Order: sequence, then C-alpha cells, then structure tokens
Amino acid sequence: MNIYVLLKQTFDTEEKIIVRDGAIADDGVKYVINPYDEYAVEEALRQRDAHGGTVFVIGSGPERTAEALRTALAMGADEAVLIHDNRIPADEHSVSKVLAAYLTGKPVDLILGGNFSVDSGGGQVAIRLAKLLSLPHAASITKLEVNGGTCTVHRDAEGDTETLEIPLPALFTAQQGLNEPRYPSLPGIMKAKKKPFAQLSLDDIGLMPDDIAARTERVSLSLPPARKAGQLLQGDRKEQAAQLASIIQSARGNAR
Amino acid sequence: MSQSYLVVAEAREGKLRQVSLEALQAASVIAGDGNDVSAALIGSGIGSVAEELARYVPGKLYVIDHTELANYNAEAYSAALSGLIADLHPAGIVFGHTAIGRDLAPLLAAQLGAGQLSDVTAIECADADVLYTRPLYAGKAFEQKRFTGEATQIVTIRPNNVTAIEPAAAPADIIAVSYSPAPSLRSIVRDVVRKAAGKVDLAEAKVVVSGGRGVKSAEGFKPLEELAEALGGAVGASRGACDAGYCDYALQIGQTGKVVTPELYIACGISGAIQHLAGMSQSRVIIAINKDPDAPIFKVADFGIVGDLFEIVPLLTEELKKAQAS
Repeated sequence: MNIYVLLKQTFDTEEKIIVRDGAIADDGVKYVINPYDEYAVEEALRQRDAHGGTVFVIGSGPERTAEALRTALAMGADEAVLIHDNRIPADEHSVSKVLAAYLTGKPVDLILGGNFSVDSGGGQVAIRLAKLLSLPHAASITKLEVNGGTCTVHRDAEGDTETLEIPLPALFTAQQGLNEPRYPSLPGIMKAKKKPFAQLSLDDIGLMPDDIAARTERVSLSLPPARKAGQLLQGDRKEQAAQLASIIQSARGNAR
Repeated sequence: MSQSYLVVAEAREGKLRQVSLEALQAASVIAGDGNDVSAALIGSGIGSVAEELARYVPGKLYVIDHTELANYNAEAYSAALSGLIADLHPAGIVFGHTAIGRDLAPLLAAQLGAGQLSDVTAIECADADVLYTRPLYAGKAFEQKRFTGEATQIVTIRPNNVTAIEPAAAPADIIAVSYSPAPSLRSIVRDVVRKAAGKVDLAEAKVVVSGGRGVKSAEGFKPLEELAEALGGAVGASRGACDAGYCDYALQIGQTGKVVTPELYIACGISGAIQHLAGMSQSRVIIAINKDPDAPIFKVADFGIVGDLFEIVPLLTEELKKAQAS
C-alpha cells in the first residue's frame, strides 16, 4: 500500500500565545507535529506494518516543517516531502490545491491526516483534498481496519459512533483515540537521517501563484480579554454549596 | 441584483438544532438588507422539524426528505445539496460548526472552489466589508478575516456564540426538493451507535460540568453527571481524565478536543493546564472546585471553592434540586 500522511507543524499545546507587532511571536516556541497528525502518522505505520507498503509524509508550510517531517521519519515513515514556497498563501483553498497537484497521478491507496490542526483549526484541508482527488473520505475516525480493498472505520460524530465501509483508495482524518503514537527511538532517529527527503517549490509541482489564489485574508489579530481571578467562597461545605447554588441560579437567570 | 444566501440547517434526534437558528442570524447579518436568506434541511421524516424551522427562515425553506438521508453520509448529503446550490447560485452558504457542518462545508468548498472560514464566533459589518472573527490556537488568540475575490463564501459558525434569529413575520414557504439516490455512493454507513442519545450536546450546552484527574475514576464522574442533569447541561472532561481512561475522548475539552463556550462552566478536580484553558476560558461564568488552592484554574475562575469535589458536588446538586422544587 502507498500511504500518504498529511502533516503540519504546530506550536506545542502548552505554549502561551504572545502577539507582537501584529503577528504571533514565535521566538523560543516549542514546535510539535500537530497532535492529530501524529495519530495519522502512527496509524500509517501500523497499517504499513500489517499490510506492507510505503509511508510518505508530506507537509506544506514554512521551512521549519522539515523538523516535524524528520520526526515522522524517525517514528518510522519511509519518505518525506516538504512543499515550501513563500508564494503559497495561508488559505485552506490554496494549500489543498497544492497538495492535490502534488498527489495527482501518484499511486495513492490511502491518505491520512489529522481531524484539524490545533493552530488555525480550520479542519478543511484534508476534506477539500479528498474532493479535489475524487476520493471517498471519512473525517474524525477512531478506528481503521483495512480488509483487502475495503476499509471499515469508526467515525466520531459528536459522541455518536458511525461505522462506515469505504473502498480504497480513500482519505481519513484521525480523531483522538485512534491509537497511541509511539515516540521516535534512537535508532529511528539515526535511520531517519538517511531516508529520502525532498523539498519542492510551486514550480516543481507545476503550479503558478494564480492557480492557488487565496480566497480569504487576515485583517487583524488579537488576544482575548484576560480573565481575572474571582472570588473564593468561604464557610463550611454546606454554606459554600448554598452560595454556589445561588450564584449558579443567578448566572442562569442572566443568560443571554 | 439581489443575492441569495443559504443556511444548511440540521435536526438531531428529531429536533431542530439551536445552532441552525444562530446560522440563520449569521446569514442575515452577512447578507445585509435586500438580499435573500433561505435554508435547506436534509434528512428523513423531517416534516415537523421543517414546519418549526419555517417560522424562522426569512426566505424559502428547501426540504430534502428521503429515507436514504436518515443518517449522515458525506457523499449523499453533498449530492443532495449540489443540485440546490446549482439552482440558487448562493453568494454564501452558512453551516453550524457541527459534526455535519465540519464535514460537509469543506467538501462543498472544494467542489465550488469556494473560500471557507471555519468556527466563526462573531460577524461584523464594516462599510461594505464583512469581517469574521475566529479563534486561533483554540481561542488563545483571535483573528479577523474577510473573503477576497468573487468565489462563493462558506462559513461555519461555532454554536453558542451568535444570537439566534427571531421568528419571521410569516412562516417561509416550504419547497420539497427531490433527491434521487446516486447509484455510485462509495461510502456506506453500516451502523450508528447513538452514545450521545438523549444527552445535551457538549458544544451546544448552556452548562458544562467538567471533570479532571481529581475525579479519580470512571465512577467518580457519577456526581458530575447528576449535577449536569440537574442543570440540564452536559458533562465534559480534561485531557488528563481522558488519558487516564475515566471517560471517552469525545468528552475532552481543550486545544485538543472540543472548545466550549457555555453560559456556565463548572470545573471539578481540574488543575487548569494551558491546553485545557484554551478550550473553555471563553465561557461566560467559570466556577472551579479543586483541592489545590494553587491550581491555575482559580486564576480564570469567577468563583472558586478550595475543597473536595466529592463533598461539594453532591451538596450542590442537592441545593439546586431543593431550589428548583420550591
């Protein structure tokens, strides 16, 4: 099986966000593989180990994305591709067109991605890509079984579990609970250095900037108003509970 | 020439979803005066939901009712909408940022070459421009965006953030749209387990009672469930509680997991890791119950109790039931 994993690098989820000069400050920030994409990488490795094949990890983003791709190689992926070009806008329409152009004509059996990225959180690129490549898809899966040419997946839909049967080739996005991602091993890290790693530009994949014009643009960036520490309720347990009950009732009475 | 806007409304367990009324309000703001805001409702046996929804739709209500649309199927639903979209040529389409909206919106966006703004929390008209506020890093920051160019504009709105539309002066005309099942559906829905049946949806809940590692076990969630039930709310959890196996990942609130913005958020035994705070700090009122007086959750809570949740939560439920009975 040829398995492609879509990968984005994001801030670690424990990072605080600082806005400086109208942009999000990134000095000293710890980066990780987008946590949902990490489940996708792990699932790709498990499916390859069960059924044979090759795992390709592809990322479109800034040059630092190479670190995340290297981590995926160290986890056990076979080959990595970074599509980096400053002319690619940060817009889901544009990014999905870039990935589609790269993957068109490739012998794809399975594409895995994250349910959404924990930074911009659009949750669009993978699903758009499925449509652009005319592949069936299921988003937010918690289980994947490949039996020959058909997959059985469990999809999390707001707490309900849908069981779907989908023929390959297909695209799936990972929800938490799909698996427990492994850590890269030391030998894995050493081996990763020798694995194929390609960096491509828009020209390499045969696209012009006009082909991927952004559909949206950012106007401004802000931080939410900081919350202030409130009031600690005093008294014995019963008094505290009674105070809290009346606070709750007035909070609900004032509901929008 | 006037433009048309389409809201894709939803029913869940035979009930109209609140977020669909919020999406109608969002579409009315985006459309501005003199433009048409219609709605589409897809499902099976949805006649009574359609009648209820019609009271709120300013334009027309298109109903696609077919037994094969009883369960959500991405291919079937997008095929059902494609014909309608081709007829109406909407300038914009608005969804709730729900399991269905999150799936269907990008599918149609790719099909139409449309722009999409996901998980929008506020919409503002500035001169001729419409500005959309949406969270970054699950709400640690917010960005304002706008659409560029002439492509179709697709928006998904986060539940509980835009006010619901008021009923229209007269109910909308209900127009039945036919659906012919495509012979070529590749995905088949074999089974749906309604684990969340009868429960308040976490994202739409007005009250969320949430548990962390301090809940200590799956049974430990019991008093939280009772409190949530007394308040007509939903139960959530921190990543710590989910990782420890106390509850399903579907309940997780945080930067990984769900972002919730209820009227009232009650955090029980949750320390308040940054990744959790990202998922709940836009709640209107936050209450924290934790043994550790230094827990970071108290820095964002409007009201706090330092103490054992297993003592306080049952007492609180009792007090609330007493007050409701009187």
